[in-house]
Amino acid sequence: MTGGYGRGGPDILHDCTISVNKGEIAVIVGPNGAGKSTGMKAVFGMLNLREGSVRIAGEDITHLTPQDRVAKGMAFVPQTSNIFTSMTVEENLEMGAFLRRDDIRGTMEQVYGLFPILKDKRRQAAGELSGGQRQQVAVGRALMTQPKVLMLDEPTAGVSPIVMDELFDRIIEVARTGISILMVEQNARQALEIADKGYVLVQGRNAYTDTGEALLADPEVRRSFLGG
Amino acid sequence: MDLLNAIVAFLNFVFVPGVAYGSQLALGALGVTLIYGILRFSNFAHGDTMAFGAMATILMTWWLQSLGVSLGPLPTALLALPVGIAATALLVLATDRMVYRFYREQKAAPVILVIVSMGVMFMMNGLVRFIIGVDDQRFADGTRFIISARDFKEMTGLREGLTIKSTAALTVVVAIIVVIALFWFLNKTRTGKSMRAFSDNEDLALLSGISPERVVAITWIIVAALATIAGTLYGLDKSFKPFTYFQLLLPIFAAAIVGGLGNPVGAIAGGFVVAFSEVTITYAWKKVAGYVLPAWEPDGLVQLLSTDYKFAVSFAILIVVLLFRPTGLFKGKAV
Amino acid sequence: MRALSVRDVLLFLGVFGLIAITGFTQSWNVALGILNMGLISAIMALGVNMQWGYAGLFNVGVMGFVALGGLGAVIVSMPPVNEAWAAGGLRVLLALAVGVAAIAAAIFAWNRLKNAGIVRPLALIAILIAGFFAFRGLFDPAVAAIEAVNPATTGYLGGLGLPVLFSWPVGAALAAGAAWIVGKTALGLRSDYLAIATLGIAEIIIAFLKNEDWLSRGVKNVIGVPRPVPYEIDLQNDPGFVERMTGWGFDPVTASAIAVKLGYTALFLAILVLLLWLAQSALNSPWGRMMRAIRDNEVSAEAMGKDVKGRHLQIFILGSAVCGLAGAMMTTLDGQLTPGTYQPLRFTFLIWVMVIVGGSGNNFGAVLGGFLIWYLWIMVEPLGLTIIEFVTSGMADGSWLKDHLLASAAHMRLFTMGLILLLVLRFSPRGLIPER
Repeated sequence: MTGGYGRGGPDILHDCTISVNKGEIAVIVGPNGAGKSTGMKAVFGMLNLREGSVRIAGEDITHLTPQDRVAKGMAFVPQTSNIFTSMTVEENLEMGAFLRRDDIRGTMEQVYGLFPILKDKRRQAAGELSGGQRQQVAVGRALMTQPKVLMLDEPTAGVSPIVMDELFDRIIEVARTGISILMVEQNARQALEIADKGYVLVQGRNAYTDTGEALLADPEVRRSFLGG
Repeated sequence: MDLLNAIVAFLNFVFVPGVAYGSQLALGALGVTLIYGILRFSNFAHGDTMAFGAMATILMTWWLQSLGVSLGPLPTALLALPVGIAATALLVLATDRMVYRFYREQKAAPVILVIVSMGVMFMMNGLVRFIIGVDDQRFADGTRFIISARDFKEMTGLREGLTIKSTAALTVVVAIIVVIALFWFLNKTRTGKSMRAFSDNEDLALLSGISPERVVAITWIIVAALATIAGTLYGLDKSFKPFTYFQLLLPIFAAAIVGGLGNPVGAIAGGFVVAFSEVTITYAWKKVAGYVLPAWEPDGLVQLLSTDYKFAVSFAILIVVLLFRPTGLFKGKAV
Repeated sequence: MRALSVRDVLLFLGVFGLIAITGFTQSWNVALGILNMGLISAIMALGVNMQWGYAGLFNVGVMGFVALGGLGAVIVSMPPVNEAWAAGGLRVLLALAVGVAAIAAAIFAWNRLKNAGIVRPLALIAILIAGFFAFRGLFDPAVAAIEAVNPATTGYLGGLGLPVLFSWPVGAALAAGAAWIVGKTALGLRSDYLAIATLGIAEIIIAFLKNEDWLSRGVKNVIGVPRPVPYEIDLQNDPGFVERMTGWGFDPVTASAIAVKLGYTALFLAILVLLLWLAQSALNSPWGRMMRAIRDNEVSAEAMGKDVKGRHLQIFILGSAVCGLAGAMMTTLDGQLTPGTYQPLRFTFLIWVMVIVGGSGNNFGAVLGGFLIWYLWIMVEPLGLTIIEFVTSGMADGSWLKDHLLASAAHMRLFTMGLILLLVLRFSPRGLIPER
């Protein structure tokens, strides 16, 4: 993929390739300004691609709007403002399933199964929850569309280490249900530990691509990006 | 006995008018606040939308009256309301399509949209004046009073009479029904929830597949209904004159801001706060005071402000809220 | 950076050409009338443009500031009514002083009782209520006494009896004072709030002028405001003038009317040129550049240490003062203050149309918009009537629809102004003479 914001904006991504298989976790890491979030937005169609394509399950969706991509099975959890603060937890989940016309109760139970605390707080306004709980609502909302690919933009930004570990555990659980996960992370080390596939981006290009384990073991990657 | 008389006088001159006026303001403020919540600008054309809606209803009412249709004790205007709402909805939807949508796509600053709404206000105002003129129009029919002062006095033997105009009662009843329906819609239906979601977090609503154009269109339809109902009720209760609707803009905005712009519950509370403040401050308390404190014989009217300054009351409340609590009594979206 | 391009000059010539055509086809009296009000409109537009174009402040209370300017003209130039002063003048002043003192005391108490808990609001309310009743106790009888003095012709305090030209800066000062109060409260909040606040203050000012008969005679109007130029009748009675005009081949009566109007034109033009020069120098000074920097990015300007709220207050007061000045000039031109005729559509929103159509941010644009829109405002009405007459010419005389359409034609100009505003905003949002 090659592309940038707007019609005439400069390219931020250069021949960057990102992919994830069913049920796998792919993590994008890299220094600040490397185009991590931009890469994610490119996949979700919030950026103009000049070259390359986006495919889901073999189908070319390069020219679809983000909304249409949701219908095709993509779900995106932005880094900030990723919940409806004035609405209850349950309403947040319902809104996640807005495009679905079938019975959503099963999916909602699955989400509550994954995040039991949300079931207790389902009548509470999402804006009143703690940071970690908000992230759970955000992920839960995205899961309500029953996506094939779940994309998370720095899901652990601003939460405590304990909450971060718990969130990562949950993300692994989500992946086990057969959903592909594409995630951008600042906490590169912890994220690579759970990653099936890791992408290190530098200035919008693929610098290193390997399994999470291999990247963690790579001395070059460790020195440049993981702080030794 | 004197205390009872005082209470009756209070109910008659302050409470009943206040409730009716508050309901009208609340309905108007709900429209303003919905537009603000969903389309994110202060719609200066709202007063004239109310005038247009009332006008459409009046024209329909006259036609029905000429056919001899009537609702018995209720005003014929109720029967004409759906037509008025439909006409207003068509007008605002067409306005949105031809005017506002362009700026939405441009992601224009809210203040540009306010100026645009000023242009729309001019055109609607001209349209209403062109069609129905600038004069007072009467269209109320049906029973005038539920309780008239004379009946009340005979019934209770009190010196003070209590008048409840049927239009005042109707205003309150209709307002309650409309508010319940609106809140049911916003809180219980999928479409209503999607509107709240859109108002709360536009980007996330898009990510959830909520179609902005649909939300906007539904909002306009609801606003048209609210504006038409508010305008018609106001016209029934007082009288229809295009210019007064423009002047209602100030108390309506005051109500919406006092309650917290973008917050429907706040709009209703704000409507009543503004209405009661206006009525209590501009009411001549001499009569009530005379019953409560017979020894004190005030030579004035015991009126805090003359009714000509009722706008000053809305304004003062507005300023106090802006100074001490800019987000309004209920938390609104604006700072 | 030239102030005007050839195209701009042609636009100005075009508008003056339109007015001149009116002079040739109708009468020069009418044309000069349009020109004079056009000059005043241009000054109002200049004031609004300072606020909106320089600083992005959304003031929809122009009407109030204009009306206050008009009040200034009355207070300064009308002869004092000695009887009324004797009846209650000093008492009214005393009452006002008590009112001001109460407000000052309330502010003082509010500031001093910072840590007093519930006492703080209670003290505030108590002081305000006591002050209000003291004020009303003094004020009401004094007003009644003043208004009882020969109500048919006076019934008010009158003015200072000074030459009317002095009233123009006084009108500006009155408007500036009101702007200071509004600005202190509503600036710094989001732009919609300033809009609502200014809309409100304008309505209150008009209500004040309509009801405070002791000051402005209310809806009884103040007529016969002195003029800065000679009266027609004096010119007609001046043998020298009559002789010269007849010598030049003019009818003395028409010539006297035109001479008076030309007198106003000269005065107004001088003020407009002066203001335009000041506004241009200000805009191109470091101060003007800072203003525009603040408008374009408040956050970064604030980060650079600019006092955004203070600058906004400054420009808001300045712009409102210009509107007040124009209001005093208008009352002088009309020779009367008629509070009942102030309509927001005419005195607030029309000025906005002028600024937007002319080109917000450009002083010359605002001035051009002032002339053009005023011309259209005057001309659309007869034009609309002509069109309606043409459309209805086929209908039977006395038919309901024809009568209705003919009677309603006058309202078409609101519609037309709205349409013009929307078209300009959509297709040429920078206006006829865009900001440079």
